[in-house]
Parts: sequence; structure tokens; C-alpha cells
Amino acid sequence: MLNDPFGDLRDLYQEVILDHGKHPRNFRHPANTTHEARGDNPLCGDRITVFLMLDVDKSSGDRRVVDVAFDGRGCAISTASASLMTEVVKGKTEPAARALFSCFHDMCTKEAPDPHAHGPVDEEALDRLAVLAGVREFPVRVKCATLPWHTLVAALAGENKTSTE
Amino acid sequence: MPDRVDPRSQPKPAHKSIPAEPYDIERVREDFPILKRLVHERPGRMGKPLVYLDNAASAQKPQQVIDAMRDCMEREYSNVHRGVHYLSQQTTDAYEAVRGKIAGFLNAPSQENIVITRNATEAINLVAASWGRKFLNAGDEIILSVLEHHANIVPWQLLQAEKGFLIKVVPCDESGVFDLDVYADLLGPKTKLVAVTHGSNVVGTITPAAEIALLAHARGIPVLFDGSQAAVHMPVDVQAIGADFYVLTGHKLYGPTAIGALYGRSELLESMPPYQGGGDMISAVSFSGTSYRPPPYRFEAGTPPIIEGIGLAAAIDYVQTLGMDAINRHEQNLLKRATAGLSEIGGVRLIGTAPGKAAIVSFVMEGIHPHDIGMLADQMGVALRVGRHCAEPLLERFGLEATCRASFGLYNTIAEVDTLVDTIMAVREFFR
Repeated sequence: MLNDPFGDLRDLYQEVILDHGKHPRNFRHPANTTHEARGDNPLCGDRITVFLMLDVDKSSGDRRVVDVAFDGRGCAISTASASLMTEVVKGKTEPAARALFSCFHDMCTKEAPDPHAHGPVDEEALDRLAVLAGVREFPVRVKCATLPWHTLVAALAGENKTSTE
Repeated sequence: MPDRVDPRSQPKPAHKSIPAEPYDIERVREDFPILKRLVHERPGRMGKPLVYLDNAASAQKPQQVIDAMRDCMEREYSNVHRGVHYLSQQTTDAYEAVRGKIAGFLNAPSQENIVITRNATEAINLVAASWGRKFLNAGDEIILSVLEHHANIVPWQLLQAEKGFLIKVVPCDESGVFDLDVYADLLGPKTKLVAVTHGSNVVGTITPAAEIALLAHARGIPVLFDGSQAAVHMPVDVQAIGADFYVLTGHKLYGPTAIGALYGRSELLESMPPYQGGGDMISAVSFSGTSYRPPPYRFEAGTPPIIEGIGLAAAIDYVQTLGMDAINRHEQNLLKRATAGLSEIGGVRLIGTAPGKAAIVSFVMEGIHPHDIGMLADQMGVALRVGRHCAEPLLERFGLEATCRASFGLYNTIAEVDTLVDTIMAVREFFR
């Protein structure tokens, strides 16, 4: 668009982000969870809870994300990031999910991130997350994109507390 | 009193008619160098004129303030209260005049009632640490309101952890009005202090200060008002409202950062022990015992904010030359137009519509988070504040995680209000 007043922000607010921001996937409070954590960004008012259902992967002995969901309220960037996160980590083992977060974090903060810097990673998943890489140009928005992931890590680190509604 | 406008009887919406300006706004804007700059300017892109609507966070500075501070450093800078030499005397005179200016601005009985602090936060902490630590005990109650900025909540909670008194909270109604009835009910034999805002930084409510003080004084309870917001929007007379303590900050009053003030009634200040120890606040020091100077000096340890004080004096001169009444009338015109313009946009909900409020407009939009609104508005050059505004209990009161806030100052224009309204409409289209 020639006279698009928000032209500079089109890279940040891509269609995929607007779509996930408006219609987040896995946006629910599951009946059965084993782990959960709340993430809070008081500066801008993002507040989300990440819910996990973990089991143990028989072949590797690692914990595995059987189900992941979130709720709360946040900006378009944090909501889209949470939505995409739930899609890409579902079914992953804990080390695979952590490697993905490390690569994603690099993508949001570094000029030319090395996708192999954190060991083997699901490159297809990383490609899906690349729509959020635009936050790199907007330092105040980096924490919007990474808040859901930090919350996921906090949930993984938390005690196993099965909650059933 | 502005006329009440019945929209049904008006052929045009109220905000389309532009009332006369109380002062020459274009000339006033010339005094603020920063207002001439463009933002988001870079090769290949035209910058946008700055539309600064974040005055409640901090206001811009007129050339007169900048010059006064530069003159001080270039021509007559020295430490105060300690030199026999020519410059020290000049600086001391200039700095002591600041106290008089603040006293005049608040209509305090004397400049001895004015303690110079770093900001309003420090002024409240001073009262909590000195008066509060001496006079508050377990079993006592103090009264705050849900409209408070964290600066008038946390200092009391810190002291509460030490002393064990109770904090009671006055609610506000859906439009943001301070609930005087509940307040009157909360006052009781255990109440030892009322500490409430004179103006909300989020919703702009001006609290009924005189009534609040009157009800408290009937029981002999002192009242502290946080005037950080109110004092920049309207004339304040601490004697007329009956304030026992009144705090303000310089940087929201078009002055520099790191300077604020505490007004205290003489009898209260005299009853209070020192806040911090150091030079300038003592009358005699020996290892067998030290005695302290009378107020206000007792509460001002160390080298004070000399250059900032001189800047604040220039800022007070500046707003008084325009007149706080005129500033208020001008800002009320802006508020009226912003309220009308934003209300007409589908999906916009204004938070806080108290009668007589200051020119601060908080709003939320259906389906669009304030953080996204703020970032898009910034692309148009419009500086808004988004988030919880250091007033989480108030946001919780309205069931919100965040709001967008446009806060107006003496130099904002009707055209800027229209830019804000157009911007918010464009934001809505962007997310449609």
C-alpha cells in the first residue's frame, strides 16, 4: 500500500500473526494437567497461563508434552506466539522443546542466528516460528514474543501437580 | 461552569465546535523546543510530527526551564548553605527562592512548610518513614483509596510490615468517582492517617479533597494528598482544601526530573524526626550527641538538587504566567473533544468519566490489546502510555490487564486530539 501509515509494522504484524492473535489455537484450560505456570508482564499488561500434560517418552526416558494449552490476555504478538508455541511443542520431548525455545530466542534477538547452536532442532517448527522474527527490530516487543516460552519453561521446571477440574 | 450539552438538541456533535483558546497556543508551543522535532525519521521516510500525549508520565520542558538550568551552571553555580564566597551566596539565594516559589504555587502559609525532595514518591516515603514510623502502631488504621498510584501504596505497605497497622481502601464507582460515603464509614477511632490521591494518573478523577479533609479533621486525623497529577492541571490551595501534607513532583510540572516537594503543616513537620542523616540537616554534631535543624531543613540531608530546583522555579514561573486556571480551561477543551471523538469509535470504551476530571483519557478497544494500539499509534507519531500505569489495584477494579492512556498538557492542541482520534480509527481498521 502506497499510503499505508503502518507500513513499517507490516513485517511485525504479518497475516499469520494477526490470524493467531485473533483466533488463538489451544486457547483453553484443559481438564487434566500435570504442570502449569503463570507468566506476567506488568509493564504492558500481558498475563498468560500455560498448561501442560506431560508423560515419559519410553524410548528416551525424557519427559514429553502430551498436551499443551494456554489462556489469559495479551497483545497480538504474545497471543500469536503462545498459539504457535502450543502447536509446535505438542508431542515434543522436553529437550526438543527447550532446543526450539533457544533457537527461537536467538531468532528474536540476534541478527544472524545459527539454527544449529543448540543441538538438533525441528527446523520445520522453527520455520513456522519465523513469522515472529520481526520483533528483533522492536526491542520492547521481544518480551511479548518470548513470554509464552518463558512461561512454558517455568511450567516444565515446576513441580508435578496434577490438577483436574 | 461549562454548559451541559444535550447531544439530542445539537445539530452537530459537541466536539465539532472549537471553543476559544484561553491563550495563544501556537506561541506557547514555540517555547517547547522538543515539539518541533519529528519522530521515526530516517533516510527514505518522512518523519512524523511528535504528538506528545504522555504528559501524565512526564511533561516536556519549556526553553525558560532549560535556560534557567544552563544559566545556573554557566554563571552562578556553587554549593548552597555552606560557602562564604560570592557564588555560594548567589546560588543559596537562588535556591532558597525555589522554596518560596513552591510555597506560592500551593498557597502554603510559609516557605518553611516546603521540604524539597527528589520527587513525589520520595515525599511520601519521607512522611511514612518519619511521621508514620513515629505515630503509627499495631492496631491503628490508615485509609488509602483504590485510585492510588503505587507510590502512595507501597511506602505504607513497607511500614505496615514493620508496624502491623491496617490499611483500609476507599473504592471508586464505575465512572472512577471516589466513594465519599464509604470513606466516611471507614473513618473511625482507630484511623490515624488518610493518604489519598488528589488526582488519578489513570482515569483523571479529581478527588473531593476539601470534603475528605473536613471529614478526617472532624476526628483529628491528618490527611496527605498525592498531588502529582492534580497540581499540574489546576490551581491548588493547600490551605483551602485543608491538606496536612501535600506532595508534588517537578517533572510533570514542565520542570526537570529529580525535584519534588512535600508541603507539611508546621506543627506536623515540627513533630517529625529526621528522614535521612547527613550534612545540612544538623545544627550541631558531636559524638556525644547531635541536634537537628528545624523544618524544613531537618528533612534535607546532603547537597540538595540545586540546578533542578532552579529549573523547577522557572517551570512554576512559566505555568503561573499562563495561569493554572487558563491551563485548566485549555486542557478541558482538549478533554471534551477527545472524549467525544473517541466515544464515537465503535469498540472503544473509555475508562473513567468522573465529572470534573483532569485531562487524562484511559481507554480500551474491543479485541485489540493496548500494547498493540500504543505501538501502532507511535508509528503515527502519537505518544501514548499503555499498560497498568503503576496502579494495578485500579486496573483490577475495572477488570482490566491494561489500558491505553492519552494525557494532555498545556501545549497540546485540538488538531492533536483529532490526530489521536484518526489514529485510533486507523488502528481499528488495521486489526479488522
